Amino acid sequence: MRLDQRLIAGMIRPRTRVLDVGSGDGALLDYLFRNSGCDARGIEIDMKEVTRSVAHGLPVMHGDADHDLAHYPDNAFDYVVLQRTLQAVERPREVLRQMLRIGRYAIVSFPNFGHWRLRLQLLTRGRMPMTSVWSRPWYDTPNIHPCTILDFLTLCRDEGYGVQQWMAVDEDGERAPWRRSIRLANLFGEQALFLLRRKDGPRP
Amino acid sequence: MDNAIPATSLSHQSVTFADGLPLDCGFHLAPVDVAYRTYGTLSPARDNAIVVCHALTGDQYVADPHPLTGKPGWWSRMVGPGLPIDTDRFFVICCNVLGGCMGTTGPRSPRTLPDGTQEPWGTDFPAITIRDMVRAQKLLVDHLGITRLLAVVGGSMGGMQVLEWAATYPECVFAAMPIATSPFHSAQNIAFNEVSRQAIFADPQWHGGRYWECGEIPARGLAVARMMAHITYLSEAALTRKFGRRVRHEPGRVGAGGPGSLFGEMFEVESYLRHQGSTFVRRFDANSYLTITRAMDYFDLGAEHDGDMSHPFAGTRTRFCIVSFSSDWLFPTSQSRLLARALNRVAANVSFVEIESDKGHDAFLLDEPDFDRTIRGFLCGAAEHAGIA
Repeated sequence: MRLDQRLIAGMIRPRTRVLDVGSGDGALLDYLFRNSGCDARGIEIDMKEVTRSVAHGLPVMHGDADHDLAHYPDNAFDYVVLQRTLQAVERPREVLRQMLRIGRYAIVSFPNFGHWRLRLQLLTRGRMPMTSVWSRPWYDTPNIHPCTILDFLTLCRDEGYGVQQWMAVDEDGERAPWRRSIRLANLFGEQALFLLRRKDGPRP
Repeated sequence: MDNAIPATSLSHQSVTFADGLPLDCGFHLAPVDVAYRTYGTLSPARDNAIVVCHALTGDQYVADPHPLTGKPGWWSRMVGPGLPIDTDRFFVICCNVLGGCMGTTGPRSPRTLPDGTQEPWGTDFPAITIRDMVRAQKLLVDHLGITRLLAVVGGSMGGMQVLEWAATYPECVFAAMPIATSPFHSAQNIAFNEVSRQAIFADPQWHGGRYWECGEIPARGLAVARMMAHITYLSEAALTRKFGRRVRHEPGRVGAGGPGSLFGEMFEVESYLRHQGSTFVRRFDANSYLTITRAMDYFDLGAEHDGDMSHPFAGTRTRFCIVSFSSDWLFPTSQSRLLARALNRVAANVSFVEIESDKGHDAFLLDEPDFDRTIRGFLCGAAEHAGIA
């Protein structure tokens, strides 16, 4: 399991209901079932990964964040997880709304477009930045809605979501030491990880 | 009187339920025989049972040779020791469906007339539903002393039975695997069934359904029905791969003239379909075909709930695994997706996989390694969650 998935797993209370949107190879689902006793299920867009997960006995269905969350009832889950996918969905704001409709908490990770290397590349070269995180040219990238940590915080404020917990992590998923300052995190964090609760959601 | 039908002389492993069962149509059918086969060993806790449901023209001979054709069981590549439905671990039960012709009560079974004489039901056999088929299977499962099935698995019409099992007896079904199926029978599929039935009706040897009186069977009509249906089980890619446009010359054929005559040559695909038709009539009863296709036509999970297909599954704790095949145009992936979303609406535990295959609807019976892995993995996962070592 990736290090950032360990951080996500650490945010999830044992024996809760979890929907992992974009569950990939199912590593987080497997971990949550075996180590936390969670009722953990997945949605995955890549059919090969779906087949592989189901063949490992994990409950995963083929689908995607934009089209399949709308079918679940309110409060069906305690946590809805979206890993490194928000920037690639068609309607990020609607996806977040759905996540916090069907789940009490949303856990969202995304690559931070405000990282200094991206800013510097754009400034010095005048071209769309390319890094190990943002590794595909503009015409070929699935990442159609990049945002910075500050952008995301603004959206959360506009939508009235409570930020229960946040952290910046580097590409390997190691927690980066920018927890005191959002501005520093926005400059030096390669990935961001948020635990959100809905407007009328429970207090900690 | 019915000795023209050799299949009736076969004996099948079966249980008779003297009290019978009430059918959806209001008729109380009694007695009811349920013919079945089992594979593997029931655990002392009776918690490792899997019911396999067969498709329209299948039967209970899942994994042992068919008593009429001598061919291997229809899912012998899936059910057996070490196979994806592993009989070293699981106790597998398969019943012949109600309305069938392999030992379970159906149109060929005898009934007693008011004057005390006996004759086959024929077309007077009551209209049955997929749920009636499942009720008959439940009688057998109860009879075997099993209170909870680890899983119910089936493809096509078998998948419809899986869904009815989960909807009707949710507490008895820990896991359900509906394969290449749909939450309702589509207009297109009803249309295909109607063509099949009309082919049988149009055969003069059908005799209004009382063909046993003349010692005949409507072989032409039933064969045409099978030929037409068989096309719907395949795909253009599969037919092209298997037969292409290859031709064989058969001078002895009926209607074959000399060179240049209209039917002097036969495409290989024609020959294949004729073979499918002629072998089918030797093992299947025409009135059963009519009864069972009608039951499929009536299948609609939302019918009693204003079209809401999720309603029958409200509060379900069953683990579902829906499987479709990319080239299946008879039960396309879009219909499986409707089912998956209906189950999402009640927050059911549902896996949903589309297997990439060019073999059409029949793919669920054929060699598809991804499908094998899916079944094996889902059943192992279900066993783990059910606490079966």
